[in-house]
Amino acid sequence: MEQQSTAPKLLKNTKKKIRVDYEGKTSSGKRLQLKLKTASFWIDKVWYVFRFIIMLGISYVILYPFFSRILQSFMTFEDFVDPTVSLIPKHWTGEIYKFITVENHYWTAMRNTFFLSLMCAVIQTFICCMIGYGISKFKFRGRKLLMFLVILTMVLPPDTLRLAIKQHFDSFDFLTVQAAGYRGIIELITGSPAALNGTFFPFAILSLIGCGFKNGLYIFMMIQFFKGVPDELEESAYVDGSGAFRTFIQIILPLSVPMMITIFLFAFSWQWTDELYTGIFLQGSNAPVTLASSRFWSQIPPSLEVSGAGKSLYQNAIFNTAGMMVIAPLILVYLFGQRYLVQGIERSGLVG
Amino acid sequence: MSVMDKLADKWHVDRRHTKIPLLRKSTLTERKARTGWLFVLPFALGMLLIYLPIIIDSFCFSFLFVQRLDGVRTTEFYGITAYQKAMTQEFWKTLLQGFEQLLINVPTILIFSLFIAVILNQKMVGRAAFRAIFFIPVILATGLMDSINAQDALSGGAGIDDGSGDSEGGLISLMDAEALFSSMEVGSGLVEIVVGLVNRVYDIVNYSGVQMLIFLAGLQSISPSIYEACQIEGATSWETFWKITFPMISPMILVNGIYTIIDSFTKSDNIVMSYINNNLNSITPATRAIGNAQAWMYFAMILLVIAAFAGIASLFVFYQKRD
Repeated sequence: MEQQSTAPKLLKNTKKKIRVDYEGKTSSGKRLQLKLKTASFWIDKVWYVFRFIIMLGISYVILYPFFSRILQSFMTFEDFVDPTVSLIPKHWTGEIYKFITVENHYWTAMRNTFFLSLMCAVIQTFICCMIGYGISKFKFRGRKLLMFLVILTMVLPPDTLRLAIKQHFDSFDFLTVQAAGYRGIIELITGSPAALNGTFFPFAILSLIGCGFKNGLYIFMMIQFFKGVPDELEESAYVDGSGAFRTFIQIILPLSVPMMITIFLFAFSWQWTDELYTGIFLQGSNAPVTLASSRFWSQIPPSLEVSGAGKSLYQNAIFNTAGMMVIAPLILVYLFGQRYLVQGIERSGLVG
Repeated sequence: MSVMDKLADKWHVDRRHTKIPLLRKSTLTERKARTGWLFVLPFALGMLLIYLPIIIDSFCFSFLFVQRLDGVRTTEFYGITAYQKAMTQEFWKTLLQGFEQLLINVPTILIFSLFIAVILNQKMVGRAAFRAIFFIPVILATGLMDSINAQDALSGGAGIDDGSGDSEGGLISLMDAEALFSSMEVGSGLVEIVVGLVNRVYDIVNYSGVQMLIFLAGLQSISPSIYEACQIEGATSWETFWKITFPMISPMILVNGIYTIIDSFTKSDNIVMSYINNNLNSITPATRAIGNAQAWMYFAMILLVIAAFAGIASLFVFYQKRD
């Protein structure tokens, strides 16, 4: 009887919290008093506040340019000349949006960009996954060399290759070094190399061979991811009589979905705003216009031409508005995919 | 009976006892390894047929220029002259500036992104919202937005008030801060660096998105039981950070450091890169050859810097042994 009364009594037992009552328990008021006297309690509290303020401040730094750009995009030209207007427009107008949409062919550009980004992202995600799997899980000869080539594509600044890439896709051929000047395979068969610039083919080709925009990084991420996948998984599949490709499609692919979503997000959104390759491949006036091409975002619609003081400010606001219109659809993508970003990289085993 | 066995019979060799491999049949593991080529085939073929020729061409274009117009090929040969002309005083000066920037940028970005990642990993009010906001730059502030930012900066910086304090009434004006710090008798060089960093906080935040992501992933993979043990042993959070978190995260510091170096070297708004791009975009082939030569010299230096960084950093990296 005695013992039962001293046993702790359960007051509350939920998933998060357990509260017990027992004899000789210090009262909560006294515990609070003692707590208040310790230094670590106050240090913690100061740290919480400090941390919160820093987070707020940096969030402000990230978000403020978007706000100010969006507000500026609603200003009229007079607002830019008026010194009393700094952030909130006096005359609200949607004419910058209107003219960019109509005269810079926003919807056409959007459709083209969507098609291009989706194509590149799908191809790149799959191809990089395959290459990463091949390099990380099979110990064939020449593996180290391939790894070196992957890193080379990562490290080479794309601007260095710009001229050569442009010339190669102007007259596309396999295995041609233009400086040496011999004929390539396509030229031998059809008589002349294929002119691919001004179409989406260069993007597709570069994606298919895993050398597209930032693909080295994706392959690297994939390699790191597969290093963390235990070999036993495949081995048991092989023992059960499954071939390499079947194992890849039925076991490895479903496993790497979070990582692939992360890479898809990167590929899609970086292709969406990539102006480097767009500038190389889609330069001429015959080429399809995309959101990232300078013909869309850095061209002043004719109806918005102004002159006089404040001209450069106004033009900048137009560029910025165009930029906001470019990334508006991406925000939707981001809101959907944001949680996969951390999740994917977290599971990649990028650590060590 | 396989061909090998038949041969063995013919030559009266007992295959069970011979150590000499008679045109040995490949083992299962070897055959399995070879199927790996099927997976990397697109990359290997593409490299050989398309991408390596491009790289070789880009390198050759610093020695000679080839142009095809309507099927007619014209070649101009410069030889080594492009390299000689490339090494101007101005180029070295730009390079030096670029490296100086790098020397400040890389540690700042690393420290900043580690700091933020540590905070984002702690439980706090509104963590999900903060995470969502902090990774906005990863997706949105690349490529196009970069060049729009650059254009804003070019046209006097007053175009868009990005809240960073370049414009009037910003966070810190250089003059005030300098006055404050010089009264504290700190070196003026240091003051300039610090004020410069504060004024560029917008750039730094935008450049450290991916690094934050990688650090955060690294932090989340540290086993909580280690922290629990520390707590029980009575370690303060300060000690825990330096004795546990920092060593465990050190491989990520290496990865992130290399990523940051590559990223800031190859970004087109880097001063060296924009200097080279100016040459590359020129109409005269001779200037373009100079641009190519400079680009390749620059690339060689990037490799050196990365190798040096990786060499030094890997001395300090701690790998947890796992069985």
